[in-house]
Amino acid sequence: MADTIKLEVSRYSPETDAAPHFQSFEVPFRRDWVVLDALNYIKDKQDGSLTYRWSCRMGICGSCGMLVNGEPKLTCATFLADYAPSPVRIEPLRNFPVVRDLVIAMNDFMRKLQKMKPWLIRKEEKPVSEGEYLQTPEELDAYKQFSMCINCMLCYAACPVYGLDPLFSGPAAIALAQRYNLDSRDQGAKDRFPVLSQHDAIWGCTFVGECTRVCPKHVDPAGAIQQYKLTAALDWVKSVLLPWGGK
Amino acid sequence: MKSTAATPPYTLNHPRWYRKRVSTYWWLQRWEYLRFVLREISSVFVAIFVVETLFQIYALSRGPEAYAAFVNFLKSPFVLALNIISFFFVVFHSITWFDLSARAMSIRVGGKKLPGFMISGPNFVAWFVISAVIAWLLLRG
Repeated sequence: MADTIKLEVSRYSPETDAAPHFQSFEVPFRRDWVVLDALNYIKDKQDGSLTYRWSCRMGICGSCGMLVNGEPKLTCATFLADYAPSPVRIEPLRNFPVVRDLVIAMNDFMRKLQKMKPWLIRKEEKPVSEGEYLQTPEELDAYKQFSMCINCMLCYAACPVYGLDPLFSGPAAIALAQRYNLDSRDQGAKDRFPVLSQHDAIWGCTFVGECTRVCPKHVDPAGAIQQYKLTAALDWVKSVLLPWGGK
Repeated sequence: MKSTAATPPYTLNHPRWYRKRVSTYWWLQRWEYLRFVLREISSVFVAIFVVETLFQIYALSRGPEAYAAFVNFLKSPFVLALNIISFFFVVFHSITWFDLSARAMSIRVGGKKLPGFMISGPNFVAWFVISAVIAWLLLRG
């Protein structure tokens, strides 16, 4: 087993570069090291100017998403040993503007997420004195999978529709809208409907299915979108067939 | 947040951000993308089969001679090759469609989500049984 491994890291300095280029680093090869450990090693020992996002290093914060050999990955959960002995290529997430080195601008995702109203909407809030909104384990189970999303944006990097159409709401935002729609405590499904049932939202999705494949938390955004397509289509059928418009 | 004319629904460019254009050939860069594009293209072959069947029914309505001429046309090497390719695309199309049914439907029985194969499985079984019955009706002589 070689004791070092080569990393090819995408570098982009907005002050001096017209386009990103690759820079190679030799880092110690350790079986228990993930890609993020190697990047931290480079920043500590070799080049302090290397810029990337990370925080929790345990797959919860969702900030260390990058392309590892072209595949969207959480670098804190991607082991060097799975790529050795060939060099590992690290690039910023696809489909996003690059701010510097491995850091992408996430404004677009944040705005799209906010548009989905990803919070509990109540027609009337009950007073605190009446206690919590209770939920059975079955009711929790109905949306739990979609609530695992950590906003890491790997699904956006995997989605060719988002790459080609910047107006597309994207997988995570729709999955999170669905997370609140399916929550028994939420009453906001009607508020979200006009945002979701749009060409820019669910109908923009062509079900490539890559979002689900790359999701590190097994959220299945592609499933969430197809399920909402079914809901929206049934809603439309009801509104056409029923005299009271499916209300 | 409402988008107005002043704030467009996309992120404005920043002079120092690097944006990469998506290649025209993005669908050739990964097998998964190519598979997706082939699946979408398969609808063209489904349409070819539909049109062909309509012409076949039309030929049938015009009598045995017209039908024989149509069958002769189907036997030409080009049409035969096209039909073989179409057949594989239609099978691929059907498989991906039935697989999708399991993803688009979240059916809960007794509070538990039904596993995907329980939804797509009956679809596949129905597909095979109906196909076998039609094949039997057509091929029994």
